[in-house]
Amino acid sequence: MSKLQLFTKGILKENPTFVLLLGMCPTLATTTSAVNGLSMGLATLFVLVLSNMAISAIAPYVPDKVHIPVYIVVIATFVTVLQFVMQAYVPGIYATLGLFIPLIVVNCIVLGRAEAFANKNGILDSALDGLGIGVGFTLSLTVLGIVREILGGGSVFGWKFISGDGMLAFVMAPGAFLCLGYLMVLFNKIAKK
Amino acid sequence: MEYLLIIISAIFVNNILLSQFLGVCPFLGVSNKLSTATGMSGAVCFVITLATLVTYLINKYLLVAFGLEFLQTIAFILVIAALVQMVEIVLKKVSPSLYAALGIFLPLITTNCAVLGVAINVVTKEFTFGLPSHMLSLTEAVVYAFATSVGYGVAMIIFSGIREHLAMNDVPKAFKGVPIALVSAGILALAFMGFSGLVK
Amino acid sequence: MAVQSNLKNMALVLFTVCFVCSALLAGVYAVTAEPIANTNAAILAASINQVLPEGGELSEAQSAEVEGNTYEYYVSTKDGKPFAYAVKSTTVGFGGPLVLMVGITSDGIIYGTSVLSHAETPGLGAKCTTDEAFIGQWMNFNPIEKKLAVKKDGGDVDAITASTITSRAYTLAVENAVKVYKSIKAEEE
Repeated sequence: MSKLQLFTKGILKENPTFVLLLGMCPTLATTTSAVNGLSMGLATLFVLVLSNMAISAIAPYVPDKVHIPVYIVVIATFVTVLQFVMQAYVPGIYATLGLFIPLIVVNCIVLGRAEAFANKNGILDSALDGLGIGVGFTLSLTVLGIVREILGGGSVFGWKFISGDGMLAFVMAPGAFLCLGYLMVLFNKIAKK
Repeated sequence: MEYLLIIISAIFVNNILLSQFLGVCPFLGVSNKLSTATGMSGAVCFVITLATLVTYLINKYLLVAFGLEFLQTIAFILVIAALVQMVEIVLKKVSPSLYAALGIFLPLITTNCAVLGVAINVVTKEFTFGLPSHMLSLTEAVVYAFATSVGYGVAMIIFSGIREHLAMNDVPKAFKGVPIALVSAGILALAFMGFSGLVK
Repeated sequence: MAVQSNLKNMALVLFTVCFVCSALLAGVYAVTAEPIANTNAAILAASINQVLPEGGELSEAQSAEVEGNTYEYYVSTKDGKPFAYAVKSTTVGFGGPLVLMVGITSDGIIYGTSVLSHAETPGLGAKCTTDEAFIGQWMNFNPIEKKLAVKKDGGDVDAITASTITSRAYTLAVENAVKVYKSIKAEEE
């Protein structure tokens, strides 16, 4: 597989949200607006790339029976670093995403990539894989955020083009499930032909 | 009275699955059949309550006492992972019948974000439950964790009932599987929204 | 790929990884602790400045107890005399705690309010942070002439459309802040 393919497969063919169906919790919970979706995606991307690289570096020295706890500790470390950095420099976004930043630790995408890819590939390949999957995840979250923000608030990235309130249900919990469901249908129709 | 409010709030008003979106992956994954959904709910209930109790104590008497709050995420996830393993081993020895019912779900629970989510929420967030907003005491935390996990079970079991019926219907091809499940979950969440504002 | 597991290398690897990670985190924590504290202080200062008239010198956080609840407040002094107070007031909104910073000048008139944190419904109660008509009415609101209650309850506060509970909670928070102001005043005299 070429380096480019390593990167691009995460965006469409192995899209974590629409194809692999991983990381549903942050996908549903944080996409109330385009900005929130994008921020959550980038936060996950950061952890994914770093943990993929670190795990690919240490994997040969880790005994098989303890590999899961070791990977979890590595991932949790990067998540905590991310928490501190966000608290210090983007407190607004940190407050909005709240609980879902520490929960990146248990996002199945991150541990999933460590298990499926990073532990048997080189550092560069693992970084590209993490980057690709991370970008795919970010794109999905941003698209979902854009759709929900348009339907729920009549705006995109905070730029309001429909006056009035919009359909509030789409910003609330039910809208998350409905939008993701219908987007998935659309994705199936287009991508799986 | 307060405990009653905690229970109603955690099960219906702020349902962990349908309004907080914690633990959605297993929710979609194992809700195909009523029997597996019940098993998973039981296991989650057990682990969330136990994990919250343990992490609450660890947070209070180790992390906060020694100024190590920055290790919270790492400590909590390791404790949960170890706890799940231990529960599995103990259950296998003590109650083989319960192990047979819950055993296969236990390994999946470590990465269920509901467990870590509730554990972190309980020690970092202020709650109200009809009183001025305050941090939860140990008893409140455990009652809250238990009620939350019951709410998880309620949503899971209702949903698996819906999915069993869905399986018998003729669903358009592009909707098959997860998409139609998500749409149904959306409608179920809409129904649960009726409880909002019941308890503050 | 991976090494054969035995008790010695498992313990060693786990210990090393935990040790290195904890050390790394302790380092990052030490480095970011100051920026985090600065950011939080800046957020608090911004919310206080927003609700107080300009030109005063701000005190450290002080606390007052009114009706069994403890409130945090800040005094702004000018020419050696206190001329405005910022009171942090928490009530229960529709979705959870609603925390306000309420600025009151020394003659008992509300100068402004700002929301520190809330858990209200997006698009409904959450409008208490964006609805200009709602926020605007608190500017120079005189609690002696006007009644601190939403119009539905016979007061003079315009509620946010379809969010009466949030508006009531907001009004109650302001009312409590006024009580705190009165008790501070009573103590000063």
